Amino acid sequence: MIQAIVFLPLIGAILAGLISIFGAHARNPSGDTVEHHDDAHDHGDAHASDSHDEHDDHGHDDHAVEPPAAGTRAAELITSALLLVAAGLSWFALVDVGFMHHDVRIALFPWIDSGDLQVAWSLRVDTLTAVMLVVVTTVSSLVHVYSIGYMDEDPYRPRFFAYLSLFTFAMLTLVTADNLVQMFFGWEGVGLASYLLIGFWYYKPSANAAAIKAFVVNRVGDFGFSLGIFSIFALIGSTDFETIFAGAPGLVGKTVDFFGWQADALTLTCILLFMGAMGKSAQFLLHTWLPDAMEGPTPVSALIHAATMVTAGVFMVARLSPLFELAPNAKAVVMFFGATTAFFAATIGLVQTDIKRVVAYSTCSQLGYMFVAMGAGAYSVGIFHLFTHAFFKALLFLGSGSVIYAMHHEQDMRYMGGLWRKIPYTLTVMVIGTLALTGFPLTAGYFSKDAIIEAAYASQNPFAVYGFLMTVIAAGLTSFYSWRLIFMTFFGEPHDQEHYEAAHESPLWMLVPIGVLAAGAIFAGFPFKELFAGSGVEDFFRDSVKMNPHIIEDMETIPEWIKLLPTLMMVIGAYIAYVFYIRRPYLPGDLARQQPLLYQFLLNKWYFDELYDLIFVRPAKRIGYFLWKVGDGYIIDGFGPDGVSARVLDVTRNVVRLQTGYLYHYAFAMLIGAAGLITYFMVGLGGQ
Amino acid sequence: MTIGLGHYLSVGAMLFTLGILGIFLNRKNIIVILMSIELILLAVNINLVAFSTFLGDIVGQVYALIVLTVAAAEAAIGLAVLVVYYRSRGSIEVEDVNLMKG
Repeated sequence: MIQAIVFLPLIGAILAGLISIFGAHARNPSGDTVEHHDDAHDHGDAHASDSHDEHDDHGHDDHAVEPPAAGTRAAELITSALLLVAAGLSWFALVDVGFMHHDVRIALFPWIDSGDLQVAWSLRVDTLTAVMLVVVTTVSSLVHVYSIGYMDEDPYRPRFFAYLSLFTFAMLTLVTADNLVQMFFGWEGVGLASYLLIGFWYYKPSANAAAIKAFVVNRVGDFGFSLGIFSIFALIGSTDFETIFAGAPGLVGKTVDFFGWQADALTLTCILLFMGAMGKSAQFLLHTWLPDAMEGPTPVSALIHAATMVTAGVFMVARLSPLFELAPNAKAVVMFFGATTAFFAATIGLVQTDIKRVVAYSTCSQLGYMFVAMGAGAYSVGIFHLFTHAFFKALLFLGSGSVIYAMHHEQDMRYMGGLWRKIPYTLTVMVIGTLALTGFPLTAGYFSKDAIIEAAYASQNPFAVYGFLMTVIAAGLTSFYSWRLIFMTFFGEPHDQEHYEAAHESPLWMLVPIGVLAAGAIFAGFPFKELFAGSGVEDFFRDSVKMNPHIIEDMETIPEWIKLLPTLMMVIGAYIAYVFYIRRPYLPGDLARQQPLLYQFLLNKWYFDELYDLIFVRPAKRIGYFLWKVGDGYIIDGFGPDGVSARVLDVTRNVVRLQTGYLYHYAFAMLIGAAGLITYFMVGLGGQ
Repeated sequence: MTIGLGHYLSVGAMLFTLGILGIFLNRKNIIVILMSIELILLAVNINLVAFSTFLGDIVGQVYALIVLTVAAAEAAIGLAVLVVYYRSRGSIEVEDVNLMKG
């Protein structure tokens, strides 16, 4: 069953990929390059400039000049069906593993066998993995179905579905990994799929740039992750989780030499591993790629950049919880970064006008919440939020996709407004998603988010107070920007009459998955509350995560007003949003004019892109330019292979000039030669 | 004054030198080069005959006759090549014969 869950998406990816390849071949049998639309460049510019005149250049819709390849519908249906099967099996697996306690370990085959390094392909399914399996396959299958509707004008759908399924496969190998190397394989696999999908509309320069940015920023994190794996191997001599967890307690207090600094081995390792998680989960300092990744198609954002891939970092920390539990300093780092991200991303979300970017920063912020839970040692609570967040954030993304689809690929909220009359169904599900995200009582987000805030308050982490304050403030900010999104999009006066008139509800392919997710956003919280963040944790998770031993009891005993605080913040945020965008719509503009510095600071995302451009990108460019001009052009070409060949040419050119072609020169040479020879025989030999 | 071997050899050497210089210093005509080669061969012949006489060995003179024959053949071939060359290139100036280079 587990094999089926993991490998069905791979089969789907291969089949859809074959259809895509043969379709491309049929479309262009000679293999010549296809002329891509000359207006492609306008697309990137349109995005960058936010200019409304180019509003319909946002998407791909005007590119449907080529007919889709034969078998496109087959590719869509095959991949979606396989994913639906996998999703169904995953729920069975969750019941089987979580409630029946049938943990599974399946050894597939050996992979690397080199000296001390033994790595095998094997599937490890305990409760933690089973939860992730459910999240990944459920969201992925819904996104597959949704994409059938959303991408219906794109001629390259088989490729899209192949990438989606490939991503799902990589994500499943990540969560079922039984050792760090296999996890790293999945880790890089999802990175690759993310790159391919962000750059899916490759004729848009902005999409290409975003894809490269995502890949490069993730490499920074992966560098830390791989160093963490190396240090674990150096310390314990194995990458198997079982061996690592068994050997970890023996490492407490051990130090390693790290660039001449005697670092605590476990703390250092955990921080390095967390660096990988920061990259993948877009935490503070390594978050810059996530908003840009919104250049990809919206279903991709829902699947990869909200529900699954970005939560890989959270999963990884939870998976390695036995290590993190032994390294309190590393947990402090985790909580610090999580809390900072939760607050910082929420502040940026306040002022963004691109509907998808608001949701993207919201994702970033929610991931920060999850890491706060990780830092508090309440791993199951973090996973709970991951679980519920997957539903409501995928819902918000897909709902935004539905809005964008209705608005004919307009993404700027300033040109929306009043859409509730046109797309009431989308409004309903978006409101459900927003309620869940902001933690409205009894929705999914209410249980998980409040549990995180309580865990932050109850933990003994040095940053506990900081984490608590940041998450509470962020709860208010979250409520504000989420309702702002709803109000700007659906209420008020239509700002773009033409688009407003043309707005229409999306096809059933899209509405059904959104409906399912909306149900998840409401009901994914309550039934699971005790299992993830209550008395059922011990029995449900067993030893798949190693919790901070007291955190669950401590969470029960915190003061009542602490528990009410997030809800209060939620109400305040929603009320301010209501005042700002419904009652007194002139207020936001006034405020922005009153506080231009703050507004610009937030609008420019705390100037992180500019800062990184200054610190990293430009020096890197300069180094590259130097190496190109001096290193390569002058030294290697001057003295290396090219230089040698140039010197040989110089010599031969002079040798050639010896051959004058004049008879008397040859005769002279011959005579001198003969005379010399004779002289040699007479004097040299004859002299003996 | 008796004419001895030295005199004959001196004449041979002079002729040889004239032939060599004729090749090098001549900047005008390929026919002159051919004639210079003939001079060199004649110088050799004088040496052969002189030695033959003084050593009383007839073989030297026989050999001189062979050299003469070869020289005649060589001159014939050389002139034939020259004629063909003149037909194809329109000139037998030494300066113009410079195609043998890279």
